[in-house]
Amino acid sequence: MDAILDLFDNFWVSLGGKLLLVALMIPLIGMVIGFAEMKLSAKMQYRVGPYFAGGRWGWAQLIADGVKFFQKEDIIPTDADRPVFKAAPILVLVGTVALFVVIPFGPGLIFNDLDVGIFYALAISSLSTIGVLMAGWSSANKYSLMGGLRAAGQLIAYELPLVLAVVGSVILAGTMSMQGIVQAQIDAGYPYIVFQLVGFVIFMIAALAELTRIPFDMPIAESELVMGYVTEYSGFRFLFFFLAEFANMFTMSAIAVTLFLGGYWLPGVPQDVLEWAGPFILMGKVFLLVFAMIWFRWTFPRFREDQLQSLAWKILVPIAILNIIVTATLKVVF
Amino acid sequence: MTFETWISEPVNWAFSAIALAVLFSGLRVVTAKNVVHAALYLVATLAGTAGLFLILSAEFVAWVLVLVYIGAVIVLFLFGIMITRAPTGLDEGLDVEKKLWPALLSVAVFVAMAWASVNAFGTQEILDTGNPTSTEILGEALLGRFVIPFEIVGFILLAALVGGITVARKDLTPAEEEEEAAV
Repeated sequence: MDAILDLFDNFWVSLGGKLLLVALMIPLIGMVIGFAEMKLSAKMQYRVGPYFAGGRWGWAQLIADGVKFFQKEDIIPTDADRPVFKAAPILVLVGTVALFVVIPFGPGLIFNDLDVGIFYALAISSLSTIGVLMAGWSSANKYSLMGGLRAAGQLIAYELPLVLAVVGSVILAGTMSMQGIVQAQIDAGYPYIVFQLVGFVIFMIAALAELTRIPFDMPIAESELVMGYVTEYSGFRFLFFFLAEFANMFTMSAIAVTLFLGGYWLPGVPQDVLEWAGPFILMGKVFLLVFAMIWFRWTFPRFREDQLQSLAWKILVPIAILNIIVTATLKVVF
Repeated sequence: MTFETWISEPVNWAFSAIALAVLFSGLRVVTAKNVVHAALYLVATLAGTAGLFLILSAEFVAWVLVLVYIGAVIVLFLFGIMITRAPTGLDEGLDVEKKLWPALLSVAVFVAMAWASVNAFGTQEILDTGNPTSTEILGEALLGRFVIPFEIVGFILLAALVGGITVARKDLTPAEEEEEAAV
């Protein structure tokens, strides 16, 4: 056992191990959330949902779907810009994988506790925007291009409230390290949502928009744009977008949990229990937020494009800036 | 320092690899025939530059580069290109006749900057690589010692923002206003 642990002291071995872990986590999380979405939406619409695959409850539905995606023919449109078309889904998935680096799963249980953790997360997630634009443009399809443009406009607009909403928690914690923010909440004895309710609400609205989920799903609005920037994708390239979407729901929720809901910590749980219970507590909180996202999707209608833009620039950004000013003033006063 | 000792340090391999990638994609930015490809090569150039900052342990600067330039500036570039002109495939229109003078100018700028920095610092070690620059130290320096330049830059950016809105804004004549109201 010790020999194996010693092996992980080697930089390259530990890097490989971490990469393998993330590579396993993303499909697993994608399948769990995808299945939850199918079953919950069925429940909300008074349907049964997946039923046959795997015998009971249709639990193997997503595995069957995955196998189906791999069997499909890999189609690239004739007019498509081939290198860009192929690189786009990879770039989108890279943006997702990179987010896992700074999510704290427990005390000491983090891939890398960067000094600028939350800032890194916000910066690296913008890579996905480039991937989406590349996908929309290279498909040589007008629906795709419109979808890509809508997505870019939306992601630019909502990146600002997302970043500004985070600042409140960073001011309270006095650090940008993800572990540091959780530790600050443990030391304070309360999760930051107590004083940062405004920040939390803005963050969740902006996160929904960044994920292009209903009520913010204009970039892939089926009734208008077929499927937006993913129209021309099929097979495993489509699977990349699909996995990235569901894994991003997880990472965004995990960041929100870390910043506002105390991360892997629950009030009253001693430190030595947190050592092993941390990941489960985090998962529990994350799946609560993921449930809320799925619930919204099957409850609300879609926004109109101009409503979406004015919501971001005229309402969310001013409130977020006001939140920063109030938080900073109170921090100095008390 | 001889070349052998320089190349024996692993950090210098990483530097060489990233620098070559930056150089290549930088060249492709100006030689690519397709305007979207040029913008995407610019992404690679900037990502490589962020990598160089990481090697210099300037973590914060590296991620600022990614957030501001790749996340905002390039996205706006691509956005603008795709709204106005975005032919897929080979866009032969993107080429200029006069290549010599811009090339000479670029080389001259590079020589001037390289000469100036070598002349100013020489072999002097500028920062202690290995310890990442703490964001806390950076923040305290910005709001302590450098607070006045910081505020001046903030003020100039605000003025530019207001100026941008003024330039972009179209003030309607009374007749047009009526037309607008009628719709």
